[in-house]
Order: sequence, then structure tokens, then C-alpha cells
Amino acid sequence: MIKYETVIGLEIHAQLKTESKMFCSCDNYSVDAKPNENTCPICLGMPGTLPVPNKKAIEWVYLLGLALNGKIAEKFNFERKNYFYPDLPKAYQITSSTKPPVIGGRVEIETEGVIQNIRINHIHLEEDAGKLIHPKLGEYSLVDLNRAGTPLLEIVTEPDMRAPREARIFMQDLRSILRYLSISDANMEQGNLRCDANISLRPVGQKELGTKVEIKNINSFKMIERAIEYEVERQMELLGENKKVVQETRGWDESKGKTLGQRSKEEANDYRYFPEPDIPPLEPYSGKEIDFDEIKAWLPELQKEKSQRFINEYNLSTQDAEILTSDLELSRYFEQTLEELPDITKNDEIKKQKAKKVSNWIISEVLAKLNLAGISISDCKVNHKDLAELLDKADHGEISGKIAKEIFAEMFETGKNSEQIIKAKGLSQISDTGAVKVMITEVIKENQGPVSDFKAGKEKAFGYLIGQVMAKSRGQANPQVVNEILKDLLDKE
Amino acid sequence: MANRTIIELNNKIEQKTITPSQILQECSQEIDRAEDELNAFVTVLPKESLEAAKKSGKRAELGKRLSKLDGIPVGIKDVFCTKGIRTTASSKMLDDFIPIYDATVVKKITDAGAVMIGKNNCDAWAHGASTENSDYGVTKNPWDLSRVPGGSSGGSAAAVAAGECLFSIGSDTGGSIRQPAGFCGVVGLKPTYGRVSRYGLIAMGSSLDCVGPIAMTTEDVALILEVIAGHDEKDATSLNLPVPKYSDKLTKSIKGKKIGWVNEFYETGLNDEIIKALEAVREVYASLGADFIEIKLPHAKYSIPVYYLIQPAEVSSNLGRYDGIKYGHSAAKSENLIDHYFRSRDEGLGAEAKRRIMLGTFVLSAGYYDAYYKKAMQVRTLIKQDFEKAFESVDIILAPVAPTTAFKIGEKVDNPLQMYLADVFTAMVNLSGNPALSLPCAFDKQKLPIGMQLIGKHFEEETVLNFGHQYEKATEKVVWRNNKTVI
Repeated sequence: MIKYETVIGLEIHAQLKTESKMFCSCDNYSVDAKPNENTCPICLGMPGTLPVPNKKAIEWVYLLGLALNGKIAEKFNFERKNYFYPDLPKAYQITSSTKPPVIGGRVEIETEGVIQNIRINHIHLEEDAGKLIHPKLGEYSLVDLNRAGTPLLEIVTEPDMRAPREARIFMQDLRSILRYLSISDANMEQGNLRCDANISLRPVGQKELGTKVEIKNINSFKMIERAIEYEVERQMELLGENKKVVQETRGWDESKGKTLGQRSKEEANDYRYFPEPDIPPLEPYSGKEIDFDEIKAWLPELQKEKSQRFINEYNLSTQDAEILTSDLELSRYFEQTLEELPDITKNDEIKKQKAKKVSNWIISEVLAKLNLAGISISDCKVNHKDLAELLDKADHGEISGKIAKEIFAEMFETGKNSEQIIKAKGLSQISDTGAVKVMITEVIKENQGPVSDFKAGKEKAFGYLIGQVMAKSRGQANPQVVNEILKDLLDKE
Repeated sequence: MANRTIIELNNKIEQKTITPSQILQECSQEIDRAEDELNAFVTVLPKESLEAAKKSGKRAELGKRLSKLDGIPVGIKDVFCTKGIRTTASSKMLDDFIPIYDATVVKKITDAGAVMIGKNNCDAWAHGASTENSDYGVTKNPWDLSRVPGGSSGGSAAAVAAGECLFSIGSDTGGSIRQPAGFCGVVGLKPTYGRVSRYGLIAMGSSLDCVGPIAMTTEDVALILEVIAGHDEKDATSLNLPVPKYSDKLTKSIKGKKIGWVNEFYETGLNDEIIKALEAVREVYASLGADFIEIKLPHAKYSIPVYYLIQPAEVSSNLGRYDGIKYGHSAAKSENLIDHYFRSRDEGLGAEAKRRIMLGTFVLSAGYYDAYYKKAMQVRTLIKQDFEKAFESVDIILAPVAPTTAFKIGEKVDNPLQMYLADVFTAMVNLSGNPALSLPCAFDKQKLPIGMQLIGKHFEEETVLNFGHQYEKATEKVVWRNNKTVI
């Protein structure tokens, strides 16, 4: 039996979060907008209007190109892709796949410990189309052109992936890069990141690619793996039965859990591409319009580098470092909280100790609460200064760890700081030896039985007595102080 | 108002011997008298122009005129969007289209105080060389009402020649300003591509379209260009270069300057009277001390085939948006979306637009692109290089405007190829992007104007206008300058 190898290439679309649209000054943020509110004669394609490219969008494509080690093309030219559809006001989409701004590049992915380079073929810039709404009742469709003209990146990979899982990991890594560069929200569920997958099979060892099938509009991470897995199996079955795979476009049907044929190669549109005459070609190195020094200065530390640094600098576990860097804002929150703590700069050992504490806190408390509330760190009411203050109080015994968690819960709900909550509730830890002594003396008097047990050598009784003191203080006594004084007093009994 | 100039009326407004309202009234009388016959306008704006003239008059009284164009009646070719004013492109498709924005050139002209008197007729979508292709009827030539005024800016040229307005703003994709100016005996300038903003000009061939003035004299054209030229942030192809004060540079001597002469232009099928007229022009320039140098433009002969590949390709894409859904003509009945597209476009677009859409769609199609569109773009580069090379040895090139003078209405309507050949001396300049001026240099035996064309280096409108003005001065007293239109 012939063994087949799976070959996967992706075409990814990511909406850029520039302030204005790709070719006009309309607001590019339409989440809260009424239909067609963010439109103007230009993005409506009214007669005589002209597109003027958004410089920021072009700079951001170059930024991504540099981040992915791509080559900046000497000449970049927009072109027209002509077709009729009600969501496309000009009857052509302005795109740039023929002379794209960035050629080549790579993303390093890790699957089960194996590191692999996924090559990028090119990255180009284009405009998004509008949206059609088909009301359930009524024989009409509605057009919303708020999205028309939104800048879109298209990232085209080489057919370098060999398994559905690799495609998912690639997409996750790419999402992280787009977010770290702060150029796209890259949220698949919200549609600002989506991809098409080209899938083919070939006998192991064969060089030529098999017939490819394109799965359109994959819009969730779950779907990437499932849709590709299904498609691989479907093709495998066909080949197993000595049938041919037909080159076509297929769509993923979530409810049926399968891909369905949409259009074959013969039915494909002829888009009649030609260079966009309304926009002069850009020669980025001509020096006038694009400042690459400035763009290079924008290049941030990406997730993989940051995660490695967290491991080296703070001695965090790989797992913790990955969690903290999974979200750029979260990684910033972690480092900012750490920097707020006193003594942090004294020496590396102290820094590592404190980093571990902050990391544990953020992962077990902050993230747990965020996940429960279903919000992200940027919506968290507890800012890094307030968190640092709380942790510092716990560190210095002003409050117990248990109380700290309770206080945090309230901070998370109300946005108040720890000082306000401690004052309002009288939660300050009792470290005053005099006050503690009075309580312990009382406990000893009231629990002569356990005291005798302890003296008879039953260590367990000590724990019981500590518990009684803590209960009397309503949890506010400093356990360390209680421990010492109780020992002391019992010895004197 | 015929034969009067902006310069002259500007002086009179300054001296308070005439008011903008009086000027408007005279133009309006011309319109009332001639328009039924001439049909140079799709839309006339009596109310709006009256108001604008009054305001202009107030500014004149207060000594606060906005420019030398303040109070001067202007026609706008109906391919320029005018805010709140119907803009049809002379096509039924846009019969009820009222833009919510002004073309940049319209804004500049009205901001300078010019009084918009109406929207000039033209070939639908600017497709044509005779205005016979307008859905609003043919415009007639004021020198002979049985003849065409040229096109596509035929309404603009006829209106200026007949004195219905002092100037008009036209568009020139393959000769659409220069050829009608030549046919109507007025002056028209196609500026360098990128010199005047195209924003708000309903696109025909986007890489070829130029916006320019039509007026009575080169001096007037220079004044208008000063107002409309310059970078526009709404047009990425408009260049950010300073705008010279063209009207100050007209009187420079051209002694010792070099004029390019292309023998090939006079060898193939050109009307004898036009050849003679151009030879006479040569003598005038020689008498002014300019030297003639024979130059070659080896690829110019391909300009018509190249132009009729590139232009329809761009047309086919630019006209795609007229689908009857958001604005414009929408079919009353349709079966489904595709059927609606078919019907709306079938009903709204005329034969010439359909012809160009089919041509353009074909040459851009997969499998044909390389042989047609790409090849045409390569030859376009060669034509450009021909001009660059020629301009290494000359300051300006003298050429005919068109192979004939104004032809009879109906003479070429059934022969699109013949009509396309009307662009033979003009389209090459759109392909190369150079500036070119068309101005009258003689009349033929049938008392029809003959035009000459002055082609300059990129962004050297200054030189072109200087040469034009020098010619006008030198021929100020020739007899044909006293000829009168028949209307």
C-alpha cells in the first residue's frame, strides 16, 4: 500500500488595526458602529473618487516583513482584482499579490519538541470588502460597507506544513507575532484573523505536489485542525480507492463536521488583474517616504524571545514563562508588578525569588479570576501598582497570605486598592507581640487538655492550639509570631 | 460675449466698468439664444449662477476679489462631480446622480470665485471624438451647425467659442480637450499627467486622464492653470511640485529656442490645408527667431493601437461600479442579482461603453493579458522614451491636433475605427504624459478652424504657454482672427 504525505500551505488574512481605512480617512474601528456609518464617497466607490494609500498600513507590512525575516521588495505596486459582488463597491478590490511589498520570510514553530521553519512566500496588502446580511424573513439582502476598505494583510506560506497540528501551531504563533507587533487584534473568532488552507497528498518520497484542494474561510483554531484532518482523510480515501482528487475550493461545514465542494477550477473567476493606475508604485528604498530606521526601532521583543528571557532572567519554569508571555499585556503586567516591588534591584537572587512569587500570584490568582470573568488583562481593574502593594504587604507580614487573597478578590471586583480595603475591614495582621500574647494565654487557659497532650509529646496538639489562636484573632494574627510565642509560653507552663 | 477674454473682463471688473452679474447676464442671453441649436450644456444653472455672480459682485465692490477668475462664468464638463448638482457623464446611467462632493478642480475654480453657469455636454463617459455619443444629444459646431464640435469635451469647446461662458474645464484622455478646441477654434490645454488633481473626475482611463482648461486665449489658459494646478492629497498621482505663475512667463522671447518638427506626421493621410497651415506656423516661429530641428518619434505610429488597448482595459474596470445597486440607473425588473446587473448595465450603458468594456475585458483576460495589455504597456514605455529622447535636443514639439477639421454630424458614427483615428496626433501625448496645448492657427476653405499642437517637456507647461502666447501675439492681426461663428 502506498504511504502518503500530507502537504499544507496557508493563506492568512489579518485585519490591520490602523486608525483609518486603507484608502480613505474613515474610522477603521466599526465594532460599535451602525451599518454604513463608517463610510465615505471613497470607500463607497462613488464616481470620480480616488484611493490614497494609508502610510501606516504600509509601514506595518514592512514591520511584519522585518519581524519574519522577509525581504523588502524594491518596488511595490498595488493592482486591481476585478469582479462583481454587492459587497465590493468599486467592482474591483485593490490588492498587491503580483508585486507584493514583502517577499520570503519564515516562522519557526515547535511541535512536540521539534523545531521547524515554515517559509513565507510573500506578504501583501489589500482592502477588505463589505458585509452582506441576509435577513431570515424577506426576499432581500442588506449591504453594510463599514468593513469595506479595511486594510488587510495577506500572508502566504510555502507548502511547508505536514500535519493539521502544525497548521494550528503556525497560526497560533503568527497570531502572537501580530499581537506583539500591535498591528492586528488577530482574533479569529471576531474575524480579524482568518485563513484558507491548501491541502494535497503525495506518495512519500515524491517531489511533485499532488492536486490541491483549498478550504476557504477558516475562522477558529479548533476549525483549522478539524477541517484539515477531515480533508486529509477524505483525500486519503479517494486515493485509496484509486480515484482522483479534483482541484477545487471547499468550505467547512461546522454542523456536519465535513468539507463541502464550492467551486471547481473550471468555474474559477478570471479576475483580470492589472496594475492600479490610481496609485503610483512605491520604491521603499528611494528614501523619501519610508524610514526603515524608524520601523526597525518599532520591532519589539517577540513572544519566544521574551519567554526565553523570563526563563533566564527570572528563573521561571518554561511553562510559567509561556503562560505569562502568551499575552503581551500579561507579560507587561508581570514585569511592571515586579518592578514596583521594593528591594527588587538589590541582587539577582532577590529578584528571582520575588519574580517567582509574582508569577505564582498572577498565574494562580489573577489569571484564574480573569478566566472566570471571561475578560483579558487589559480590562482588569487591579493595576500593577496596586497588585505590587498587596504582594508587598503580604511579604512583610502585614497581612497573611490567606487574607491577601481575600483582599485581592475584592480589589478585582471593585477596583479599590488594598489599603482602602484593609482599613475599611480592619484586616491588618496582628504582629503586635503583646496582643498575641494575651490571646495565647487565654487559649492555654481554655485548652488544658491539649496542652497536657503536647507536654506528653503529642506534636499534633501544637497545631490544634495554633488553630485556636488564629480563630480567636479571626485569622489576623501573624502565624509566625503566634508560633514563636506559643512555643515560648508552653515551655514556661 | 464671444471673442472676449478673462483678462479683459477681469480688468473691467477691477475698474468697476462691468459687474459679474452683467457678465453673467450676457452669457445667459447667449445661452437662451443659442442653446436650443447648439446643445453645449446638459444642465444649465440659472439660479445658482445668479447667486454666485451677486456674491462675486459684492466682493468686487469691497475690493475683496478672490482671484482674476472671480465673477467669470465657467462651464464644467459633465464628467466632473459637482456637489448637489446633477452629474451625468452624459450617460443615462447617471441621469439622476447627484454627488455629495465636488471634484477638486471644481472646488478650486469656485473657491477662486468663478461663476458656474452649467454642466457641458460631452460624449458619454468621455468616450468619443464628436459628442455624438452623448445620451443628451449631439453638440453642434458653432462654425458650422452641420458639423461636430469634436469630443469628448465638445460641449466645453462649443460653449466657449459661442460665448456662452468664458472658459470651461474639460478632461483629456486621448485628445478630448485639444481636438474639440481645434475643431472650435479655441485654446485648450492638456497639462502634464499629475499636474492637476483628478479627484472627482469620473474616471475613463485612469493612467491617461488629464484635467485642463478650454478658453479663448493662451493668456486665459495660463490664468486658469495657476488656479487649478497643484498637489492634492486626495489624488495620489498628483505631484507635489510648486505651481509657477504661468501668466508672468508668457512674454519671454523664444529667440534661439528649438522646435521639434516630425516629418512623418505630414506623410500619411493628413489634409493638405492642415499641412499648409502648419508650414505657415513654422514660418511664424522662424520669424520669431526659433530654430526648427527635425526629430523622430519612431514608436508614435503605434500610439492608436496601444491607446486602444490600455484605455479600454482601464475603462472596463472603471465602469464596473455602475451596477444599479447603490446609485445610478437600476433596472425596474430583474430575476436575481446577476440578472439585475445585466439589465441595469444593458439599459444604462450605450453601445460605445459596451464596446470598450468588451475590448478591455478581453485584453485583460487570463491568457491574453501578456499579448495585449502587457505588450501595450511595453510599447507605451517606448513611446515615452521617444519623447524623452526628442526633448534632449528640442524645447518643444510642433504637431497637428487632428488629421481633419470638424467633420459632418453622422459622418463617422457607424465606423468606430475612423472615429478612433481622430486621436492619432493627441493620444500619443496621453501615453507619454507630456503637456500639450491646442490653439487655432488657420481656417480652411470651408471656414472651419485648424488647430496646431505644442507639446512640451514634463511639467513645463510654462514653455508650452510661452510658445502659444508668442504665436498669438505674432499673428494678432491676421485676417482669420476676425472670423465670426455662425450662431
